Formats: sequence, structure tokens, C-alpha cells
Amino acid sequence: MATIGHNNLNAKLVLLGDMGAGKSSLVLRFVKGQFLEFQESTIGAAFFSQTLAVNDATVKFEIWDTAGQERYHSLAPMYYRGAAAAIIVYDITSANAQPCGSLVTSNPNMVMALAGNKADLEEKRKVTAEEARAYAEENGLFFMETSAKTAANVNDVFHEIAKRLPRAQPNQNPSGMVLVDRPAEGARAASCCS
Amino acid sequence: MDEEYDVVVLGTGLKECILSGLLSVDGLKVLHMDRNDYYGGESTSLNLIQLWKKFRGSDKPPAHLGSSRDYNVDMIPKFIMANGALVRVLIHTDVTKYLYFKAVDGSFVYNKGKVHKVPATDMEALKSPLMGIFEKRRARKFFIYVQDYNENEPKTHEGMDLTRVTTRELIAKYGLDDNTVDFIGHALALHRDDRYLNEPALETVKKMKLYAESLARFQGGSPYIYPLYGLGELPQAFARLSAVYGGTYMLNKPECKVEFDDEGKVCGVTSEGETAKCKKVVCDPSYLPNKVRKVGKVARAICIMSHPIPNTNDSHSVQVILPQKQLGRRSDMYLFCCSYSHNVAPKGKFIAFVSTEAETDQPEIELKPGLDLLGPVDEIFFDVYDRYEPVNEPSLDNCFISTSYDATTHFESTVIDVLNMYSMITGKVLDLNVDLSAASAAEE
Repeated sequence: MATIGHNNLNAKLVLLGDMGAGKSSLVLRFVKGQFLEFQESTIGAAFFSQTLAVNDATVKFEIWDTAGQERYHSLAPMYYRGAAAAIIVYDITSANAQPCGSLVTSNPNMVMALAGNKADLEEKRKVTAEEARAYAEENGLFFMETSAKTAANVNDVFHEIAKRLPRAQPNQNPSGMVLVDRPAEGARAASCCS
Repeated sequence: MDEEYDVVVLGTGLKECILSGLLSVDGLKVLHMDRNDYYGGESTSLNLIQLWKKFRGSDKPPAHLGSSRDYNVDMIPKFIMANGALVRVLIHTDVTKYLYFKAVDGSFVYNKGKVHKVPATDMEALKSPLMGIFEKRRARKFFIYVQDYNENEPKTHEGMDLTRVTTRELIAKYGLDDNTVDFIGHALALHRDDRYLNEPALETVKKMKLYAESLARFQGGSPYIYPLYGLGELPQAFARLSAVYGGTYMLNKPECKVEFDDEGKVCGVTSEGETAKCKKVVCDPSYLPNKVRKVGKVARAICIMSHPIPNTNDSHSVQVILPQKQLGRRSDMYLFCCSYSHNVAPKGKFIAFVSTEAETDQPEIELKPGLDLLGPVDEIFFDVYDRYEPVNEPSLDNCFISTSYDATTHFESTVIDVLNMYSMITGKVLDLNVDLSAASAAEE
């Protein structure tokens, strides 16, 4: 959910798309500026955050990776819960790319992007930009081709999402509390149900 | 799935998901499968369409109840002790980052035909209408003894060895009447029957302290917390932990037949003609019905209502305990209510449960004392399910089977089962020594 405070926006962003499309690579490029040619399936870190400044505000993305649960179509509903944005990633060199993922969302304000990744592999291209653009328009997504390897358009996708996030989204959910393990601040930092 | 795994986990109930997560974090190669196409097994939360399918054999809930997906109806309703074992596991595994919690508004007890707030501290005891004025003073003294009691400081023991003194003897020292004993034992120490009276008092004192510490933790009206969107979030969160550490997930896998070698040791699991080899299997009782026995059954009613439970200060989430003695039963009955304030129902709707360890085959009649406290309901579903426990010897067959969820209102016994299973599987003891006093809740 996108929540606001002092021109700061927190937004949960989820990655969708087939295994091997480059979801993790895209995030690694965005968050750490890295690219690994032989990226292992993600282990141990499926939760990144990165803050962007756009115009008058800062947007803190809380980025969820699928942790491989998409492989056998076993993504939990919790994964989509409260997401303010989604990037549907597909591989432009894969003939049977299924860029749809699951578009089921309970949030009509969710910002969705379609990213045709591995755009550096032009010679192996199987999906044309025109096809993808048409699909994106039909489904209300915005479309970019990206390359986690060369960094082309990677930051742009996230910036565009940040710009499109509704600023005054009514808080749909009563806010809860997160249990954290940290030194107590003052007498009792516990507070909830605000 | 034609690979070799250290452990195959069958069923995505909470216990199995916690274990799957812990084992993956330990570096074991885990394959986790479920015959259903959803997470949670017995401990899932259902939307309205799923609820109607399960209990009414139709997938057309009435329109006036609102959108199906606004409902998250727990199949095993429980609350989480704010200072209890599940919170320790959540913090230890850092799974808290996937979940949002809210305090539960109220904790009540049924006494002489009326519903009362549970007094948990010496100050509350003085205000409670549950006791007469002299009894209050006696109860207050007992509460102070419990609050000050420290296992490691003999001077707080007042000369009693609570590993030997029974609860009955300890209480007799304070001269409390049966009525007071009843709510202390059942509503504070959360015992399900009266066996505790003849057992060493230490356990009861510890349970009372857990209640009081949990109550103090978030300064809500109860010692409990509960996740937004229902308990079905918990197994999903631990499944994600497992996946993040390399666990492989497959839902909607029919059959899941456990294969054994000549010595009777587990050697794999077959589904849809493919066999995943493995050294160990962890599962709920339904996947190995020949290695479990029935130990009891739970009767429950699930109600959709448009109002909070009467006489609970309009609490939007609440527990009411009906001690066995008050009803002339052998085991306690519980009311549990959650609502849109925890995102388990659309605005204005409440989900209430009445449950107990079944003593008859007629839940409609057996649950009536609890149902009578609810007032009018929009919809009601009755259900009786069997509880099982394993009878196999895991050291011989390498099958680690969880015990069915009991009728308790919280997760303490659930986590104890998980921790015991973890130790049997790995030979290690999970160190849950998180600094709980330092752990606090942050606003989102």
C-alpha cells in the first residue's frame, strides 16, 4: 500500500513474470547498480528497498521478489497484498513469453509496468516492441524495454512508476503495526492502531 | 521434481510452513508440496466463495454479504500471545516484515451467566465486579505474588517450591474461592480443564505471568495480537521465508504418496508420476493417515454477524472464555470474534467462532451456551473435525508428523509442537532467545 507522510511515500512494488525473465537482475541493477551474467536463482534476499526523489516528494520502494515461487505457479496471495505497483517482466528473446503473469489485483490504483527485458540481445529477439506495446495498451500498463545488463531504461521504469503513484491515495487499509526486534526507544515505543 | 531433497514437506499448514522455513534457513534442500491449490491447509483463511463451497456445496454466497475477497475466515481461529512463543519465532526468523498486526481489543470471561472483562493485574482485580470486596483483596495479594515471582530469585518464592506445591495448595494459601480460581485458571492461565489444580503450581504461575506480560506489551485491552487479513497470512509468510532461502514450492499436487524403502524408511514422495527422492518427510496427519491416531475432535460454529459480541464494550476483536465448570462441561468453550478492523470482513461485518473440544456429536446443541451470547447472526456454519497425533517412531521411518491443531485460543501449543519437531528433525534446539523486552512494535 502506498502511504504518505511529509511528502514521503512508501510503496510496495512487486515483480511478476516467468522464471529467468530477469526480475532479480532488474532489481539488482536498480538497487545496487550491479549485474551478474550468471545470476543464481535468488536466495536469502528477496526484499529490497530503494528511495527515489521525484519532483516534490521522495518515494521509498519496498521491492518484493518472487523468491522462485512463480516457478510452479505457487505465488501466495500475500505477495500481491497491498502492492502499490507491479512490474511485469518478460524476456524479449523468449518466443513463448507470457507477459501476463497474474493481473488480478484488488487495487484499481495499482501502477503497472510491462518491462521487456534483455533488450541488449537484439539479435535473439522473438517479441517485437509493437506486439508488447499493443498488449500493454490493452491492459492499462505502461511499457518499456529494459536491459539489466547495460542498465538501459532500468532506472527509468522505476522513476516512471514513482511519478505515476497516486499522491493522495486514500488509505484503504487500517494501518497495523510491524513487530520489530530493536532496542526499546525510551520507555515504551510500542504503539499501534493509530 | 525428479531431484533429491533433504526434506520433502507435505501440506502448507502453519506448522509445516514454519518448519519448512527453519529448515531452508538451515541450508537444507526443501521441497514443499500441497494437494490444495491454496496455502494454509487446515490453518488457511477462506474467502466467502471458498467458505460456501466447503460448507454449503455451492459457490454462490448471498450478495448482501458483500465481496467474497473481503473475507478471510480462519479455519483454525486463534490469537497470538503478544509475548508468546509465536512472536519469538516471528522475530527470530524476521518473518515479521511480511506481516502487519493489530492488538486484539478485549479479553472476557463468562461467569455466572454474565460476560466480564478479565482482570489481569492487581489494580484490575480491585475494580472487577467478578469478586466481592474481601475476595478482591485476597486476589490482589495473589496477583502481586505472581507478578513478583522470579524463578531464579528464591526470596520471591516466599518459602514455597512451586515445582512441588500444587496449584490447589498455592491458591489455598491465599484463601481464594472457587469462582476466583475458575477465572484465574481458565481465563488467565488459559488451562482448558481442571487438571492443573493438582499439578505443580509453577506452570500456572508462568502462564499467568505470560498473560500479564503480553497484556502490558501493546497496551491493548487484551494480551493478544492478530494479523491483518487473517491467520492465513502466517503460513504464507513462513512459506515465503522458505522460498527466499531456496525452498521449492508446488501447490495443487494430487496424491503426494510417501514412498518407503525395504527397511520402512522414507525414500521419496510421488505425485503425478514423478518421484522426488528425499531423506526425510515432514507432514500434517492427513498425508500419512496410517501413522496417526485420532485423539479427539473439535466442534465449532462459524458465524457472520453485523454487530460485535454483546456485552464486550463493542470490541471489534475479542475473546470470551467460558470455563467448563460454568457450563457443566469437561472442557472450556471459546468465543473468538474478529472484524473489518483486522481486514477479515467488509465494513460493518464481524466473524465470530464458537469452539470447544467436542463431547458429543451434536455441535448445534453442544455449542448453544456460546451461541446464545452472540445475538442474531447473518449466517452460521457448524463443523466437527477430528484431531490426530502421530504414533510412528520418527527415528525408524524418518517421518515427522505434526499434531492436529487443538481447540486452544492461542498458538503456544502449536509452537511447542513445531519446536519439538524441529529438534527431532535436526537434532538441534532452536535458540529463541530473542530480546523480547527490547522488541517493540513500530507504527507502519
